[in-house]
Amino acid sequence: AKEKERKKERDRKRRRNVARRASSARKQGNELEDRPGREERRGRKKRDKEGKGKGGEDERQEEVKNDTVAKTQKNFSNENTRKLEQKEVEVVGEEDGDTEEKRKNGRSEKGGKKEDNGRGETVEKKQKKKRVETSEEHESSEEEEDEEEKVGEEKPEVLSPEELEKLKEEVDERKKLISTLRGKPWPMRKKLLTLRESHEFVEKYEGALGKGKSRKLYAYKVMMLKKWMKFQRDFENFKTACVPWEMKIKEIESHFGSSVASYFIFLRWMYGINMILFGLTFGLVMVPEALMGRPYGSMPRKTVPRADEANAMDFAVLWDFGGYAQYSVLFYGYYNSQRAIGWLKFRMPLSYFLVGVGTVAYSYMVVIRTMARNANEDGGGDNNSFNFSWKMFTSWDYLIGNPETADNKFASITTSFKEAILEEQESRKDDNIHLTRFLRVLANFLVLCCLAGSGYLIYFVVRRSQKFALEGLESHSWWERNEVNMVMSLLGMFCPMLFDVISALENYHPRIALQWQLGRIFALFLGNLYTFIIALMDEINLKREEEEVLKLNMTIWEASLYNGTLGANSTAPPITVHPADIPRGPCWETMVGQEFVRLIVSDTMTTYITLLIGDFLRAVLVRFLNYCWCWDLEAGFPSYSEFDVSGNVLGLIFNQGMIWMGAFYAPCLPALNVLRLHVSMYLQCWAVMCCNVPQERVFKASGSNNFYMAMLLVILFLSTLPAIYTIVTIPPSFDCGPFSGKSRMFDVIQETLESDFPAWFGKVFSYASNPGLVLPFLLLMVLAIYYLQSTSKSYKQANLELKKKLQTQNEENKKKTKMAALKAAMDLEEAQKARSEAPRQQRKNNASQQSYTGEKNTVTGHLVSSFVFVYPPAPRGHRIPGPLPGNQWQPAPSVQRVPNSQRH
Amino acid sequence: MGTTASQLRKDLLSEYQELTFLTKQEIILAHKRFSELLSKEDRNIPTPRVPMEKVLSLPELKSNPFRKRICHVFSTSDMKDGSLTFEDFLDLLSAFSDSATLEIKSHYAFRIFDFDDDGTLDGGDLEKLVNCLTGETDDTRLTTEEMRQLISNILEESDIDKDGTVNLSEFQHVISRSPDFVSSFKIVL
Repeated sequence: AKEKERKKERDRKRRRNVARRASSARKQGNELEDRPGREERRGRKKRDKEGKGKGGEDERQEEVKNDTVAKTQKNFSNENTRKLEQKEVEVVGEEDGDTEEKRKNGRSEKGGKKEDNGRGETVEKKQKKKRVETSEEHESSEEEEDEEEKVGEEKPEVLSPEELEKLKEEVDERKKLISTLRGKPWPMRKKLLTLRESHEFVEKYEGALGKGKSRKLYAYKVMMLKKWMKFQRDFENFKTACVPWEMKIKEIESHFGSSVASYFIFLRWMYGINMILFGLTFGLVMVPEALMGRPYGSMPRKTVPRADEANAMDFAVLWDFGGYAQYSVLFYGYYNSQRAIGWLKFRMPLSYFLVGVGTVAYSYMVVIRTMARNANEDGGGDNNSFNFSWKMFTSWDYLIGNPETADNKFASITTSFKEAILEEQESRKDDNIHLTRFLRVLANFLVLCCLAGSGYLIYFVVRRSQKFALEGLESHSWWERNEVNMVMSLLGMFCPMLFDVISALENYHPRIALQWQLGRIFALFLGNLYTFIIALMDEINLKREEEEVLKLNMTIWEASLYNGTLGANSTAPPITVHPADIPRGPCWETMVGQEFVRLIVSDTMTTYITLLIGDFLRAVLVRFLNYCWCWDLEAGFPSYSEFDVSGNVLGLIFNQGMIWMGAFYAPCLPALNVLRLHVSMYLQCWAVMCCNVPQERVFKASGSNNFYMAMLLVILFLSTLPAIYTIVTIPPSFDCGPFSGKSRMFDVIQETLESDFPAWFGKVFSYASNPGLVLPFLLLMVLAIYYLQSTSKSYKQANLELKKKLQTQNEENKKKTKMAALKAAMDLEEAQKARSEAPRQQRKNNASQQSYTGEKNTVTGHLVSSFVFVYPPAPRGHRIPGPLPGNQWQPAPSVQRVPNSQRH
Repeated sequence: MGTTASQLRKDLLSEYQELTFLTKQEIILAHKRFSELLSKEDRNIPTPRVPMEKVLSLPELKSNPFRKRICHVFSTSDMKDGSLTFEDFLDLLSAFSDSATLEIKSHYAFRIFDFDDDGTLDGGDLEKLVNCLTGETDDTRLTTEEMRQLISNILEESDIDKDGTVNLSEFQHVISRSPDFVSSFKIVL
């Protein structure tokens, strides 16, 4: 019976202790740090220790390192407790593992505390009760509970609100700790133990937070939360697993640094956007028309005309997107103007129009959102105040894993150091600034000449091709037929090289030179594209004139047909003419679509061919001819090519611009582009890895990210301009496309409103689109923009102001520190004296405290041990008279810690 | 080695996920790479250590001028020999991963740059750092005059309390304003 009672008592103590431990954990966050030691130590060890005297302690300290010091001291503090422990170990055995150990730890603490502090028995009882009530673990053991009830007096079985609050706080704290643990610079072992400990704690006491009925709900909620977290983590893993080409890009990143990789990341991003555009056009336009629309050959616009039938299947014709390709879902002209098709009553023309608008709107949204995010990320770059330090601390690109790239990086860092030093030494002592100025002006003049020349060339070629087209394509050679595309591609290939040569004159800093170069290539491409569009507009006008003439002829033809049949036999049904024989208009929309598709295809081909010839063939020649050549080809003139990030990015951007421009008239364009991007991903990855060398000047990518995005946005805007212009101003062809028969393409909206929506909706819409309402709305928007802009300006101003304040404060601090220099020297002496005394004092403290308070000693131990564990602080911390501004981590010398612990 | 030995315990895996900035796949990959580094006899030991020389042979670290420092900083070995356990290795990858915070990155960067482990970057540390960055060859080395100038400039900028050294908080202050530290302080397997 006595044994039983004793056991009970032990149980009670154990529980109370766990609770108390929790609160002490909150008191000193550092306590967690000594867990490793505890965990490692097992009951057996304690048992072994029993017989030994104090002499054993030193050994053990050495064994388990400084963080367990506290624990061992505690163990020895109370002989009684140890005996109890010993019994417990024998009874329960070791199989319980961690929890058991924890309880033991708790008990020893408690033992000391109970006897020394003489806490009232009733308090203990009360706490025990609470534990029973709250921790679910213990609920199951009813036997125990009964026994306890016999012993203790009846107490209310609820936690007092403030204790509950405390517990709640603790649990929250632990939870917070769990979530922030990964951000702590601790070794993994420590993190792991802390995590397990905290998890256990949270699990144990979470149930206590609810009362009565709500407890179950709470437990359920917690469980669901846990499940949800796990699901989220799995989902995150799944998402990263779904990102395509991750490994490829990482490989490139490690060979060429982050700038080359940034191109591939951009390419992948573009691919994603194009996938969505493709999904829109394919799912909402092409598939419905192919499945539910009228079949091929049912009407003139869906049939190859009689004259072309003979060679409509020839590869040459198909390659030009003529013949059967022209009369298919790939182009605008094939679509029927029937308002609703199929059993789904799919509104084809409306869908066509909305998808066209939707692709542009979606692109705008994505680009602007990405830009905003990028701007947020690199916002607040404090320019130039830490020029040297940044060069020093952040210039190495840790991703570089290729010795050659590393060598280049070494060289570029060295030059940047030297440049910076030179600049600093003789801040801008430019001897012949006139020459530089002259050269720069000359270079810009030359570039302008190039741009004008290329623009004229394209205009000339397009005009010539129109002449050829009027004469009939068949009589001309392949070159004459593909002149426009070839000239554009060749210009795009050679002009950048020319610009590169010219920019050598200017002698800019490479970063600035790169931006100039990008700007010039951008202007070139843009000029070329717009010349092309202007020429195309001319052609559209020609086609429309042709259409007018044809319309007239059509009525005559119909009349003659009608008259003919009428004349022959008035009762016979009207003769059905095969759709291939019916005369038709030129359908300028399809023509525009075809031009863009051809342009894209030829552009793709030139890109691939330059890649193969310029990179691969060159690499092969350099590699193998080098054995039998009179100079070193690898190091000398041709050498291997570098990967041209900016040129490739620009190419991608312009390609996308053409997609945006042409997608309305050729729904197949996004699909083509997806194909192109997919192929170029693989091809370029391969080409980079096998035949390019790392850049001589290794740039980091982050700065130029938004620069590319801004160019993309400009291109998006410029490419939607002509598309919108043609949609809004030019009436659609009368006999082809989804909008045939309407005076304007956007009439389809009005038509839908009138026939598919209730009358009141149309009325509301017409009111809303009334200029009287639209104009004030526009005005309001302009005002809002103005307001937002002015507030953002004022914020910027405030930001600048604050920065200035910070700087002056820094300066003041510097002055103060200088003033305090003398004082600090004296302080240093004192501190050194104190420090030499400190260890002695500390030792004394430990010894004296050991003898009577186990718990207090633990505190000291924790503080000391944690202090050792943290990254060693600066010994010269003594010299700092006060805390630094913005210094979250103050070096606190151990001297100060000792009195701290004494206070407890 | 095969697949059987490269299995990580499931609960451990989820704990590692919670404690690092790595995803499940990355941890598994790290484990695979780590087990490849282990020699045959080490595999039976519960917590094997890979000696520093072997870790340095990883292509990701091979051309890094700070590779030895990185090993020393992340090693929990008592002998200070820079050898890594798997958990140390995970710590390393976590600190250098894409999603690690600026705080943890700058903390470890500071310790990597602190060559003599005394808790501050003093003149000697900075000199070693410059030498690391400019490479081993003589033609890229800076002259003593240039070096002196450079170090004094750096201290001028970042040493806010003017004690002749850069401490952790000063370092983090400088680093946190840098536009491309986070993007370049990365190592991926």
